Amino acid sequence: MNASTPIPLKATVARPARLNRARLLRGALPGVSLAVLLVVIFVMQPRAMSYMGMNLMFNLAVPIALATIAQMLIITVNDLDLSLGSFISFVACVCATVLNQHPLLGCLALVGCVAAYALLGALIHLRKLPSIVVTLGMSFIWMGGAILLLPAPGGTAPQWLQAIVRYKTPLLPFAIFVCIALALVVHLFLMRSTLGVVLRGAGGNPIAVAKAGWSLLRIKVSLYALAGTFGVLAGLFLVGLTTSADASIALRYTLLSIAGVILGGGEFVGGRVSPIGAVLGALTLVLAGSLLSFLHISPDWQIGAQGAILILVLALRAFVNRLEAQP
Amino acid sequence: MMTARTALSRVNSKPWLWSFLAALMIWLATVIFTGGMGGGSLLSSALSFSAFFVIVGIGQMFVITTGPGNIDLSIPANIALSGAVGMKLMNEQADLIWLGVGAVVCLGVLLGCANYALIRVLRIPPIIATLSASFLLQSTAIAYGRSVRIQPPELFYNFCTGNVLGVPYLAISVVVLAVIMGYVLARTRYGRWAVAIGQNARAAELAGGRVGRVRFATYVLSAVFASLCGVLLAGFSGGASLSMGEEYLLASIAVVVIGGTSVGGGFSNVPGIWGAALFLYLLVSMLNTFGASAGVRLILTGLIIIAVITAVSGRSSARAV
Repeated sequence: MNASTPIPLKATVARPARLNRARLLRGALPGVSLAVLLVVIFVMQPRAMSYMGMNLMFNLAVPIALATIAQMLIITVNDLDLSLGSFISFVACVCATVLNQHPLLGCLALVGCVAAYALLGALIHLRKLPSIVVTLGMSFIWMGGAILLLPAPGGTAPQWLQAIVRYKTPLLPFAIFVCIALALVVHLFLMRSTLGVVLRGAGGNPIAVAKAGWSLLRIKVSLYALAGTFGVLAGLFLVGLTTSADASIALRYTLLSIAGVILGGGEFVGGRVSPIGAVLGALTLVLAGSLLSFLHISPDWQIGAQGAILILVLALRAFVNRLEAQP
Repeated sequence: MMTARTALSRVNSKPWLWSFLAALMIWLATVIFTGGMGGGSLLSSALSFSAFFVIVGIGQMFVITTGPGNIDLSIPANIALSGAVGMKLMNEQADLIWLGVGAVVCLGVLLGCANYALIRVLRIPPIIATLSASFLLQSTAIAYGRSVRIQPPELFYNFCTGNVLGVPYLAISVVVLAVIMGYVLARTRYGRWAVAIGQNARAAELAGGRVGRVRFATYVLSAVFASLCGVLLAGFSGGASLSMGEEYLLASIAVVVIGGTSVGGGFSNVPGIWGAALFLYLLVSMLNTFGASAGVRLILTGLIIIAVITAVSGRSSARAV
């Protein structure tokens, strides 16, 4: 008889206000850190507040934000992409050579890149391979392809591409509008749509998602293909800004994109990611670099500043988490 | 029939044999292609270059052994900084070699402690901890090493590049190091706990293992080995350079995996690292001999890494069940 009585829920709803506050604090952390950085920069150098200044600061933010979104999609299913930087370099080389001279062939090559990512997802899922090692191998392949296309720095980005990325918008630079649109679109898709919930569920509890009738293979393939698409977009945008490419143009994006996802509140396991946070994280990393030039510190410390901000934000998050754990 | 089967199972229980076999075949292919010319000197340079891969590979292997998610991304930055620090302290004087090497080992211990402190205090995944540490290190190395173009002391240079009967001193020392670390992994209490934690951290903890201490020791070990590699590499190449550590991030993971260590942790072996390092070096030089361009070499290296992990994964999952 007792078996039919529901098990009483104990103490799981204790102190909801405090819990919510901690969650709110954690969610606000990426935005707050970006805002603090911006304020510091504006105080140091009021002229940075102009259209021109913002344009300079956020010039290279879009490719990094796109790369961060690509990395985030891979992290959603608990994988990690160590080849993203060399992939974006390869795409940039394709754009600066093939796409410029033979547009049709170039488009086919870019579609092939996305297909390669989809295949990669299938291989990793079917053979249960560690993504770190497979993407490590892929990074050699993309780098080799990039060197074959462009043995020395050079090439030219197609004119139409340069025109698009240099588009001038009123009020705020184009890059900021693109970042906002990117964050919102990916947020609506991944966090609000039914499909997005399933995709994230595959990272949180794959067995449950599979038992509910979804194909884990198809989920992984689509996430990898999406990541490949964002990688291609990052490469297109980057080469449009730099107008020429070289084989190592985006190598540092691999580590930057991982840092951006984590900075934005994403976690390595459990499908816990945040698209808006990821874009904010990428912008924070970009600003961390330019903050130094405003402080008149040697650009030698640019990477170090990014590391320091990463540690600082993670320390704050650990503090908030502890607040939550000890009511 | 029976003996063939036991022989096969013996080979299967020693996954590192495959990497040596592959290295041997590639060496033979190169020597046959060149008509027997330069086989000895090829082997000699392979031993030299592989030694560096092996030093960092051993450290990375211990880190990977302690379980999924454990990986040391700070190795390249560590190598760059250690090389610069070592060369600066030695200051081209033979009697300061001990100071340079000693300081670099201390630096390694410090960096390992810093890595573990980040993991422990901030409770962040090791990948992110070592990544953010490496950002800081890289900047320090750039700022510190910008003006450093100091050559290694003559004696140190001779040790790093010299050989006896074609076998580099460095290779001999690293073989000894590998034997010691193989013993540490298989026979000492620390090594057994490291493997146990990699297989099941919770079970190891319940069995009385001090998970925290073992991981701490492992990150320190990895950092010290990367630092040693940095100073030796600077000695070998006649001075430290900022980019000399770059290829070691991918290489350190590649040699561990090709050597037959499970990426998920808990199943490791040291000899395989030597086999894999020789294999990777000989592969690149074989492709060189065949006249392949840099791009083709990279693509083939990548394809082989993926092929190896695809082939190996079937075996390790069968063993885990």
